[in-house]
Amino acid sequence: MIRARALTKAYSRAASAKRAERRPSEDTSAKRAERRPSEVSTGSDGGRTLLAVDGIDLDVAAGESFGILGANGAGKSTTMRMIGATLQRTSGELTILGRDPAHEGPVIRAHLGVVPQQDTLDTELTVRENLLTYGRYFGLPRTALVPRIEELLDFAQLQDKRDEKVEALSGGMKRRLTIARGLVNDPSLLLLDEPTTGLDPQARHILWDRLYQLRETGVTLVLTTHYMDEAEQLCERLVIMDAGRIVAEGAPADLIRTYSSREVVEVRFGTNRNSEVLPHLHGIGDRIEELPDRLLVYTDTGESDLQEIVARGFMPVTALVRRASLEDVFLRLTGRSLVDG
Amino acid sequence: MITQSLTVSAAVAIAERRSGRVDAGVRAGRARTLMLRNALALRTNNALSFLTGFVEPVIFLLAFGYGVGALVGTITYGGMTLPYAVYVAPALLAVSAMNGAIFDSTFNVFFKMHYLRIYQAITSTSLGPLDVALGEIGWAMLRGAMYAAGFLTVVTLLGLTTSWWALALVPAAMLIAFAFASVGMAVTSYMSTFHQLNWMQFVLLPLFMFSGTFFPITAYPEWLQVVVAATPLWQAIALTRGLFLGVLEPALLIPVAYFAVMAAIGLIVTTRRLDRLFLR
Ligand SMILES: Nc1ncnc2c1ncn2[C@@H]1O[C@H](COP(=O)(O)OP(=O)(O)OP(=O)(O)O)[C@@H](O)[C@H]1O
Ligand SMILES: [Mg+2]
Repeated sequence: MIRARALTKAYSRAASAKRAERRPSEDTSAKRAERRPSEVSTGSDGGRTLLAVDGIDLDVAAGESFGILGANGAGKSTTMRMIGATLQRTSGELTILGRDPAHEGPVIRAHLGVVPQQDTLDTELTVRENLLTYGRYFGLPRTALVPRIEELLDFAQLQDKRDEKVEALSGGMKRRLTIARGLVNDPSLLLLDEPTTGLDPQARHILWDRLYQLRETGVTLVLTTHYMDEAEQLCERLVIMDAGRIVAEGAPADLIRTYSSREVVEVRFGTNRNSEVLPHLHGIGDRIEELPDRLLVYTDTGESDLQEIVARGFMPVTALVRRASLEDVFLRLTGRSLVDG
Repeated sequence: MITQSLTVSAAVAIAERRSGRVDAGVRAGRARTLMLRNALALRTNNALSFLTGFVEPVIFLLAFGYGVGALVGTITYGGMTLPYAVYVAPALLAVSAMNGAIFDSTFNVFFKMHYLRIYQAITSTSLGPLDVALGEIGWAMLRGAMYAAGFLTVVTLLGLTTSWWALALVPAAMLIAFAFASVGMAVTSYMSTFHQLNWMQFVLLPLFMFSGTFFPITAYPEWLQVVVAATPLWQAIALTRGLFLGVLEPALLIPVAYFAVMAAIGLIVTTRRLDRLFLR
């Protein structure tokens, strides 16, 4: 379905734009600063080029559900847009359904259902008209669209809003409409860029359920997310991106096994004390990670390690022993947690 | 419930049918679907601003054709002696076609591009940039042509129309509107603030005043006549005036060719720009 080799996207940016785009994690530590997307000076105008996607290889087979994880600015949306044939690569190879998006954009896009990170609904139209016109852009006849729209309105649970203007919808409703719109052409490849951001827990679970159903009918899913539970639920395989590169690839369970211990002890000693306590915990667990608000002890024997911490005379304010998750893999590989970027 | 067919979807079949064509990368042949969208959105748009396009040329006709016309009396044009209103009417028709097309292809397109942001969604479907260009320019053309047709009706009711050839003014207005709209949209695609669009008025106003709209350009020195004759509104007025008066000469083919070239350049630039902005 998708095949990418050394896929690269460089954005040129003016010298002034660079300052405005400073990333929050930039000055926290040298280790993190290193992971910013590479910049390359170009030409005489002092302009620079930012490698948002920096030579990635991807293969997604038909029927697979594939995830892309990464902190803010890692290059997920850029990758999704290249796959969606609305952004052209700077170099490398890319074929979608055996075709090159540089030359066959319209045909490729006929196969795709796209849910962009930012809703792009037509705010001059009603909910129903949004689905209708979007279907018409694909050339679908009105007679085929009328029953299809009913299905999609049910799917998005927007039947009672059908004749409302898009502006009158809540953020989550707009998101649901965007997702429904992406399905109007019966896509065989569905590209979902943070599909459940802004959805309430119930709507999220309903969406997961629908995505399962789509998967069963053979639809290929490619999605990005900041929610680890979502990635574990929906993705058979995923890649973790950092600063435009792929830093790990595999099934969620395999990634956890490879990059993390079985269990994690989370202990909090209060904001200032975490770093004071840290040196005294030497020898406990395989590895200890310090976050601003807590310490994470990676280990296979969580309960006894927690006892050992207490035995050494450090009483945590809160303590928790849990199974390792993708979040831990992510932290290990990128040096930052998924949510704070 | 979502039913999903394992067979090739209709959207794919439709797209595949065209995939061999030379323009398959930029055009799916469905510009009309964007015009349909615009028709649906019309409800939300300001009806008043739509109506002013009809009223404006009528006001000019009454003020100039009859008001100034009472002072001027007749005017000699191409060897004919014409009542002043008859001289001005076809020019105002060309102006109304131009204004309708320009308004839609500049302010409205700018609004869609930067505020409604509908082109992002449209270009993620199987439409290409040329479809978007043709759809918007076609829509702007309809607006210009509608104003022209409305104005022609008023002029005829006032008894100023003398030749059946005046009917040909409708397709002529479409051509004029299409050409202006395609250049208008091309220019708009380079703009980044509404403020910049206002500069367009600086071009349009002198065009309106000095393109032989209200007086023959023979009033100018020779060199200036050449300059004016090269402007699009002068060409448009040459075409509408010729048809309105029923003076069919081969020279009328010059504006036709002029607008065909103008439309083609505008379309090519617009398509490139849309591709650059939304598909690169
Ligand atoms: N149109 C653009 N022009 C210039 N730079 C861009 C553009 N779009 C993205 N970038 C830059 O490219 C990098 C990757 O951005 P991208 O949107 O792909 O990240 P992301 O992984 O989707 O992040 P997020 O989780 O915040 O959505 C960022 O550094 C961003 O600033
Ligand atoms: Mg993104």
